[in-house]
Amino acid sequence: WTAEEKQLIASVWNKVNVEECGAEALARLLIVYPWTQRFFSSFGNLSSPTAILGNPKVRAHGRKVLTSFGEAVKNLDNIKTTYSKLSELHCEKLHVDPENFRLLGDILIIVLASHFARDFTPACQFAWQKLVGVVAHALARKYH
Amino acid sequence: MVLSGTDKTNVKGIFSKISSHAEEYGAETLERMFITYPQTKTYFPHFDLHHGSAQIKAHGKKVANALIEAVNHIDDISGALSKLSDLHAQKLRVDPVNFKLLGQCFLVVVAIHHPSALTPEVHASLDKFLCAVSAVLTAKYR
Repeated sequence: WTAEEKQLIASVWNKVNVEECGAEALARLLIVYPWTQRFFSSFGNLSSPTAILGNPKVRAHGRKVLTSFGEAVKNLDNIKTTYSKLSELHCEKLHVDPENFRLLGDILIIVLASHFARDFTPACQFAWQKLVGVVAHALARKYH
Repeated sequence: MVLSGTDKTNVKGIFSKISSHAEEYGAETLERMFITYPQTKTYFPHFDLHHGSAQIKAHGKKVANALIEAVNHIDDISGALSKLSDLHAQKLRVDPVNFKLLGQCFLVVVAIHHPSALTPEVHASLDKFLCAVSAVLTAKYR
């Protein structure tokens, strides 16, 4: 990570409303790529975009996921270790295809873009696209 | 991936907002793609890729207008883009993975300039549309 990339990541993250953005990112994932709903059969009503956006379990889980993302932001030089246990969990217990991490990462970028508008400069997008890629890779690393 | 009636309505709706900025958004999409995914620059060794480059503006306009053409013939995208499909298969041979990268950057540009219009439903429809366009452009690759 260059110093500039770290700065760009931090400057965006410091202004992120984790609860709102997390909820929105997960909801959009489930709406834009409906097959991702396969992991959330216990979440209740996912029958329409309105239902998904208002679903309290989706909101809560979205917040949880983005909060965890914050750990990567705090430990940019140590993301692999940070997500080691989570990687095992997603493989052994949750059985999530790592492609889903990439999909969620791309969605998160679009959510950030919609919130930050012009402040989400191309340089910002580069740094964040790199970050979501690194996170996805780290989460997939312990798969077997 | 089949576009439903609602998808088509959503796509036409959002494009009616952005078509007056086609060149601007096309150029911004390309610029973001070159910066975010540097490997995409390998297809443009003959271009000046600096910010504000006339070549990027011209090419962005081409790309945007092709998308608009597809929207205007949304019931027959493969017909509307048939020549472009031939071009990509025979001459340009852009690896299919890159269409997703361009699509991602286009969605980012729309999100930046029209955040309230890019509702989750419209986002879904637009993503589907971009996939459909990519499928047409790579359909004759082999």
